[in-house]
Amino acid sequence: MFSSSKATATAGRKRVGRRSPLATVSLIVVGLLTTGGAYALFTSTATAETGSGTTSAVSQDKVNEGQKLFAANCATCHNMSGSGTTEGPSLIGVGAAAVDFQVGTGRMPAAANGPQALEKPVQFTNEQIQAMAAYVASLGTGPSEPQSKYLKENGNAANGAELFRINCAMCHNVAGAGGALTEGKFAPSLKGVSSKHIYEAMLTGPQNMPVFNDMNITPQDKADIITYLKYLEKNPSPGGFQLGDLGPVSEGLFIWIFGLGAIVAITVWLTARSH
Amino acid sequence: MADHDDETLAGSAVEKAEPQKISAGTAVIPADPFENPGEPQHHIRMTDKDPAEEKRAARQVSTLFFASIVFSCLAVAAYIAFPIKDGDTGSIRLNNLFLGLGIALGLLAIGIGAVHWSKAIMPAREITEQRHLTRGSDATRAKAVEVFELGNKESGFGRRSLIRNSLFGALFAFILPGVVIFRDLGPKVDPNVVLRHTLWKKGMHLTLDPSGTRIKAADVTLGSAFHVIPESLLDSEDLLEEKAKAAVLLMRLKPEDLHEPEGREDWQYNGIVAYSKICTHVGCPVALYEQQTHHLLCPCHQSTFDVTENCKVIFGPASRPLPQLPITVDDQGYLVAQSDFHEPVGPSFWERDRA
Amino acid sequence: MSATTESPVETHEVGYAEQGNMPLRPAKGSKLMGAAANYIDERTSVSGLVKEVGRKIFPDHWSFMLGEVALYSFVVILLSGTFLTFFFQPSMAEVTYNGSYVPLKGIDMSAAMQSALNISFEIRGGLLFRQIHHWAALLFIAAIGLHMLRIFFTGAFRKPREINWFIGFVLFILALAEGFTGYSLPDDLLSGNGLRIIDGMVKGIPVLGVWISYLLFGGEFPGTAIVSRLYSLHIMLLPALLIAMLGAHLLLLVINKHTQFSGPGKTNNNVVGVPVMPVFAAKAGGFFFIVFGVIVLIASLFTINPIWNYGPYDPSPVSAGTQPDWYIGFADGALRLAPPHWEVVWGGYTVSFNILVPIVVLMGLLATVAFYPFIEGWVTGDKREHHILDRPRNAPTRTAIGAALMTLYAALWAAASSDLMATHFKLSIDQVIHVMQFLTVVGPFIAFWITKRVCLGLQRKDREIALHGHESGRIVRLPGGEFIEVHTPLTEYERWTLVSYNEYEPLMVRPNERGVITPVERVRAAVSGFFFEDRISPVTKAEIEASHHDSHGAIDAGDSHH
Repeated sequence: MFSSSKATATAGRKRVGRRSPLATVSLIVVGLLTTGGAYALFTSTATAETGSGTTSAVSQDKVNEGQKLFAANCATCHNMSGSGTTEGPSLIGVGAAAVDFQVGTGRMPAAANGPQALEKPVQFTNEQIQAMAAYVASLGTGPSEPQSKYLKENGNAANGAELFRINCAMCHNVAGAGGALTEGKFAPSLKGVSSKHIYEAMLTGPQNMPVFNDMNITPQDKADIITYLKYLEKNPSPGGFQLGDLGPVSEGLFIWIFGLGAIVAITVWLTARSH
Repeated sequence: MADHDDETLAGSAVEKAEPQKISAGTAVIPADPFENPGEPQHHIRMTDKDPAEEKRAARQVSTLFFASIVFSCLAVAAYIAFPIKDGDTGSIRLNNLFLGLGIALGLLAIGIGAVHWSKAIMPAREITEQRHLTRGSDATRAKAVEVFELGNKESGFGRRSLIRNSLFGALFAFILPGVVIFRDLGPKVDPNVVLRHTLWKKGMHLTLDPSGTRIKAADVTLGSAFHVIPESLLDSEDLLEEKAKAAVLLMRLKPEDLHEPEGREDWQYNGIVAYSKICTHVGCPVALYEQQTHHLLCPCHQSTFDVTENCKVIFGPASRPLPQLPITVDDQGYLVAQSDFHEPVGPSFWERDRA
Repeated sequence: MSATTESPVETHEVGYAEQGNMPLRPAKGSKLMGAAANYIDERTSVSGLVKEVGRKIFPDHWSFMLGEVALYSFVVILLSGTFLTFFFQPSMAEVTYNGSYVPLKGIDMSAAMQSALNISFEIRGGLLFRQIHHWAALLFIAAIGLHMLRIFFTGAFRKPREINWFIGFVLFILALAEGFTGYSLPDDLLSGNGLRIIDGMVKGIPVLGVWISYLLFGGEFPGTAIVSRLYSLHIMLLPALLIAMLGAHLLLLVINKHTQFSGPGKTNNNVVGVPVMPVFAAKAGGFFFIVFGVIVLIASLFTINPIWNYGPYDPSPVSAGTQPDWYIGFADGALRLAPPHWEVVWGGYTVSFNILVPIVVLMGLLATVAFYPFIEGWVTGDKREHHILDRPRNAPTRTAIGAALMTLYAALWAAASSDLMATHFKLSIDQVIHVMQFLTVVGPFIAFWITKRVCLGLQRKDREIALHGHESGRIVRLPGGEFIEVHTPLTEYERWTLVSYNEYEPLMVRPNERGVITPVERVRAAVSGFFFEDRISPVTKAEIEASHHDSHGAIDAGDSHH
């Protein structure tokens, strides 16, 4: 699509003219985000490629290793055979993508019973996650991890933005800031989530999120959505600080507390007697 | 004004205008009130005592005003130095930031300078001004009454009731065309009829929003949520108006999870159900589908609908279930509507339940 | 005007008499000024106005500046808004965006949305002015709110200012209308869903609802007319009304003169403060630039209403956290709080109580605010003019009513962000709503009770201090072995501030001249009882003298009573 080259070109050009303190801060933030993102991207795409490259001939060793890890860490809730218990759903047919997302974001193993499993520090190494993914994938066919060509963040951001608004924004907010669901559940913020995990979440529908299979949102569309989200991360708002992207509520709080607060402080100075 | 009032002309009007003694209502009037001690001693500022301080303050004020000039010039410089580069939001951010800072600091320096001037240098002594009753003096009021009475007498406004009342009638009637003329703000058709119909009809294909791609039933996997528009929408002249009624959410549940009411068992297809996305409360798109709890939440006012129970309201201010679109498949396996919705979609209205 | 200091006043008169001659020994530059002043005065008799208001006195208190904040924000809104009109196209004609913002390229949208994006992205300073306009609007209404609270809690609305309170209330409503119409103009997803909610609410009005919505939107929602219609209201009708009302508001302010807080030297018949020329003019003029500067500072640092994130309006998508601007929040919150299934079909007609009840609650709240001065005036029967402000504690029932209304408003307002409270404080949204429902219904009563008790407590404390002086914290032992704390007596000035306030007694029902007790009078007596049954009388002279006699023997050791 036409904007793909453009997006990267603007990102490159933008690096040059940043000189203000605010810009420096945002530059650092952007730098950290992009390097971090790039790092995550390289590592994850590397594993994804090895993963997808060997899916057909997944080494039995790896599946065995995964089975051991599964038995030790997951079987309490998901049953030894992965067929699920009252505590956790069946994992037969959820595929490697679901495992990579759930374990790779630290949501699994779940800490405690709550409305939903929360993001936590990741408990396993990449190797171990891949092993478990291989084991679960061997239980039944399901979505495998995404191909790296869809994670390059160079799709059509405009198409991605439109699809994001229609399919995702009602839960995750138009800027990906997250939002509330029923009975204490919530749609998490998408900021800083790796492209791969975004892709896998769409593909597998973790927890209460609906599934967006490739017939609903094609792999290229998913790549576009990721491109848009990464565009938002790479390009801070032209208007200045974003106040959490929470819309009118944070704007209203800001004007009352800081705007009117500052002005009231000034009125006190204004009417105080001079020494 | 009152100086020129002719006392002799005032006459009985004065008595009429003469107010009653001003009532204090239920206020308690103290028998021996405290005496107001009068103003405390005046506060002497540093700038009043010390000429050097005053000089310093004067210097600060002019420095602030000069600074303001500099900031305003910087704002102009920023306007030129930070142009907007096509497609580069960072350049807009810089332009916004530096132009804004220049203007803001220029304004603040003027403001702070002026206030400092008034506080530190201008006389600080408080002055007492007397108040007077807000009402006009008796003579003035008498004159006003007289003016009205004279006006009444000369015009006969009070006496000639036919003229007066016909004038009132005319003044009322002349507003009417001004009201009626607003009828054509909206088209001629009766909205109560239009609101009942959407683009959906028998055999209309369900297609993806926004691309318009047809949807195969087999592609709607368990746990999926598809945002759907009727196939003919993209060719419609009133695209947004029609979309505002026809938007549909398609979900697939396990058939055993669905508790369809009698007569509507065949409105779903293999656990695939289609419901109007338009909230029955005030019309926001209800699209937050939770695939495990099967709740549908409206993000505007938190009305919650249970998909397994035919989208009945389980929380929030909505009252009615979301209307269901009866669906089936065509011979190639694509999802199609069986008919239009069987009730008006969206917010309730007065004549909604009339046939 | 050269007629500001004393000597030029005289010379000005001379100059006037001599048909435009200059002041004596004119300083450099003042020659021109004098000539200009003379020129203008000969054509406008403006000198009379300057004489009348030039040395008008304004009392100094920080809370008296809040109305000015609103006024200045409004000026900023007018200036920035005018700039925006040069570029904005109030049209819903469909166009394909081809501007510089990558994530919207090739997307269909209305011309209004496109021009708003172009203002933000193609015009230098355009985004700044958009943000100034929007931030100033938020500040405008916030300042009006705070200003109204100050007026309310100090009783500044009493005679002769009831009408000005009402005009101020109308200004508040006009400001809300301005805010909402402006919010809807860019035709983005957020404002479009806001309009959709308005459409849904209007449709819920019995009998006429559908027709009103139909005429408002020029057909079915969203139609192609609403943006241009709101634009006409936003830039013509509403500002014209606002400015007219503002003129009346300020005119009455000048006629009534400003109120002042009670204090030594301040009476109901005077006003103590600084003159307009030059002190107040410099302060207020400077303050305008400060308010303007603060708004521009905020606008240059903080994003507001990023329409590029929201995208164009489309009836199918919606964003989590769809909220109106803060000042409409209380209405949105009221809608959220209605419990499920409040809709009935009577005789085939649908009545949406889930919409009507919130509307009635809001109207009731606003009507109470609008007419409160007339209600209180009727209850007290006090027809005197009041220019000395009440300390809030000295009008406990009024202060408590204010707290109750504020609680109701706050609960409704908070309900509008129930979803954000749920996500940010890790709560369930259902719980948040239930808590807000409770606070809306019961909260005002709790707030009323607590506030009234606190006020009465503070009044009691004031009484103690007026009678016995401040507690000094110094404990001494009397010769008899008793320990007491020394109280430092009050100065005359301090005491005056504590004792000079109005006290009202409950109205006793009395038959009128025809010997009848009218029902209206009965109601009035009941309300008066509600207002003034619990009260603390101000200290009287006799009481002070008595307390002095009491403790006279022990002056060195302090007051041994109590």
